Amino acid sequence: MSERDISETLQQQVHSTVGNGTPLKIQGGNSKTFLGRETHGEILDVSAHSGIVEHDPRELVLTARSGTPLKEVEAALADAGQMLAFEPPHFGDTATLGGTIACGLSGPRRPFCGSARDFVLGCKLINGKGEILRFGGQVIKNVAGYDVSRLMVGAYGTLGVLLEISLKVLPRPAASYTSVKECTQAEAISKMSRLLSQPVPVDAACYHAGHYYLRLSGSEQAVKHAHEHFGGEVIEKSEPFWHALREHHLPFFNSANPLYRILVKPSLPPLDIAGEWLLDWGGAQRWLFSDEPIGLIRERVATIGGHVTQFRGGELNTEIFQPLPAPLLVIHQRLKSSFDPHAIFNRGRIYANL
Amino acid sequence: MPVSKDGLPCNRDTHEYLIRKLRKLLPPEAVLTNKEDLRPFECDGLSVYRRLPLVVVLPETIEQVQAIMRLCHALQVPVVARGAGTGLSGGALPLSDGVLLSLAKFKRILHIDPENAMATLQPGVRNLAISEAAAAYGLYYAPDPSSQIACTIGGNVAENSGGVHCLKYGLTVHNILMLKVVTMEGELLTIGSETLDSPGYDLLALMTGSEGMLAVIVEVTVKLLAKPERAQVLLAAFDDVFKAGEAVGAIIAAGIIPAGLEMMDKVAIQAAEDFAHAGYPRNAEAILLCELDGTNAEVSEHVMEVRKILHQSGATEVRTAVSEVERQLFWKGRKSAFPAVGRISPDYYCMDGTIPRRQLPHVLRQINLWSEEYGLPVANVFHAGDGNLHPLILFDANKDGELARTEEFGQRILQLCVEVGGSITGEHGVGMEKINQMCIQFKAAELSQFHAVKAAFDPAGLLNPGKAVPTLQRCAEFGAMHVHHGQLPHAELERF
Repeated sequence: MSERDISETLQQQVHSTVGNGTPLKIQGGNSKTFLGRETHGEILDVSAHSGIVEHDPRELVLTARSGTPLKEVEAALADAGQMLAFEPPHFGDTATLGGTIACGLSGPRRPFCGSARDFVLGCKLINGKGEILRFGGQVIKNVAGYDVSRLMVGAYGTLGVLLEISLKVLPRPAASYTSVKECTQAEAISKMSRLLSQPVPVDAACYHAGHYYLRLSGSEQAVKHAHEHFGGEVIEKSEPFWHALREHHLPFFNSANPLYRILVKPSLPPLDIAGEWLLDWGGAQRWLFSDEPIGLIRERVATIGGHVTQFRGGELNTEIFQPLPAPLLVIHQRLKSSFDPHAIFNRGRIYANL
Repeated sequence: MPVSKDGLPCNRDTHEYLIRKLRKLLPPEAVLTNKEDLRPFECDGLSVYRRLPLVVVLPETIEQVQAIMRLCHALQVPVVARGAGTGLSGGALPLSDGVLLSLAKFKRILHIDPENAMATLQPGVRNLAISEAAAAYGLYYAPDPSSQIACTIGGNVAENSGGVHCLKYGLTVHNILMLKVVTMEGELLTIGSETLDSPGYDLLALMTGSEGMLAVIVEVTVKLLAKPERAQVLLAAFDDVFKAGEAVGAIIAAGIIPAGLEMMDKVAIQAAEDFAHAGYPRNAEAILLCELDGTNAEVSEHVMEVRKILHQSGATEVRTAVSEVERQLFWKGRKSAFPAVGRISPDYYCMDGTIPRRQLPHVLRQINLWSEEYGLPVANVFHAGDGNLHPLILFDANKDGELARTEEFGQRILQLCVEVGGSITGEHGVGMEKINQMCIQFKAAELSQFHAVKAAFDPAGLLNPGKAVPTLQRCAEFGAMHVHHGQLPHAELERF
């Protein structure tokens, strides 16, 4: 394990840019640069700031430096029979823990077990004044001060440089079964939205190419009983399927069209937008390859209370993330300057004026 | 109108003008100014702090809340929002020159959506009422603070309330989807959405537990969960507190996440037993209550496994509740621990620190030493699953200096929690009570960052001012006091 703490070097680099006004582009494993808007500046490379600082399996908490490869974190947890329950996508071999948290992405388990931000307990960061600050901690319950650590999740590094992150971790389920059934999209949506109100050990559900996939996890007996209840054909080695779904390696994801991530209420019937659809998160996260203009897609989705991210490809000179209503944008701008008064971190990564 | 140095109307005139304006915005019975009408609002659940507000307003529409906020903002009058007033840290303590904004009239459950397992509520809906209304669909709302009969969802969000099921089901922050809030400037904002995440910063996390400092919550959409098929409670007795602590770690190491895992020490057991007659073993040094829930098959499997672990950890007795009645009885003892302790002592002071679980033996040992040193008994109630310790210090406020000694003792416990890697508050919030202890947990730059976060929502600093985050000046003064406490070892030496 590489045990390297370069927080002082990073802090010095931030300090020197505060002086000369150069924007910084924070970089970990460079695996998620495709996400969000293009940002320019001197590279602040945190990948060497690496290593697991603490992991006591009995506490269900892991603390690691932000540059620690996600693979290293997952391997250490697996050795202790544990996991990151939000099943984060890596989108590349070099993914780091810091980038994972900064982008706030979660995998198929998300609707049933929680998101990246749900598992963050604390963090250490450098703010835009070059100060090293700690928020939250290594305990599950902690209401001292505002929840700044969770605010960092999905902020894409625009508020500060993450140095260390503490996460709640969970035991791996003893058993897991995946079953598959043929059905229409509308049937799958109706089946998936019913999962939320049933006491069943489901931890993933998706609909892809005319098939409804259901993953049951828990104790051996619980999973067996639940499978008898739901039926369907069992996929023997299902891990590669869920992995390919999470990492966008399924053949579905080989398309020349732009990829949109659409978040809606899970029970929402199929959307009438031309393109190829894949439904994950029990119907709550829908992937769409479409050549329809983004404006039209956003308009359709907004009428039903959802939002759209232009995930890969598509127009460059447009907002990648769903634009914010004006009063919320004002709060965002004030928060940005409260953490990063000279606007040096990842300028414009989420929104043009942030 | 007379004008003060800083260009604002003089206080008394402003106050009269404010009340006149409020009476125009609201029906007569919704603006209270008589002393006897203000009295019920003078404190929250932490009654050692009391203060009458200038005026209490009881709006019933979001538009009225917005109008009140705009008026107060224009006149630079501070506002304190209040739910049911069950908070335990003085977070809803009124300001004598401010408006106390009660959300008591916002009591309606607006919508339950069983298909998407969510409910939209006005902030004054009681915590337990949510689960009662959702029960018809086989659903419930998970966070269950012990005040759940009375406390309201708006207050739960403001405090990020927990309960006995946090390890498995999370705190309030994990169980809400969307908020409507009104800023100090009177702007209505929607934070979060009915989908699983929302564009922009995670303001939903920031609002949760912000203790009424950032905005006033006027609507809450919560996530509901399917009621588990079965829940089973085990009660284990130990002749040694530390063995009980070991058992907690062993259960978790076995890969089992109990729905609830609670520990009580001898003083708490005896008080609870006398009060609730739950059948607790009176001579045990510690008991553990372990609730397992899930599908029938899973619970059966886990009950067997946990029984084995408890015996291996040296439990002198392990009982499984054989009926729902007995399960409720086991919990009744625990849930009535606070009032039970209230019966055996004229007063008690409830602490709320969190620690990494492995530190439990060390922390309990130190609390026992201090208990002897101060001559003040302590009953320990512990959310063992999530490291949240509630030592109840027993004292008599009528005895000279005992309250001061109790507060000093309590402060040392919280300081110890921070030293071992924990926090000064797990679920009760900072409010007024632990504002000095914030200076121990956070450095000046961190506190400054908190102030900057507040200013992003409330630039004028008029919402619940003076709570939750201390000024740096306050910390400097507290620091001076603190060094004095650091010299206490010498004081101890003199006793020999």
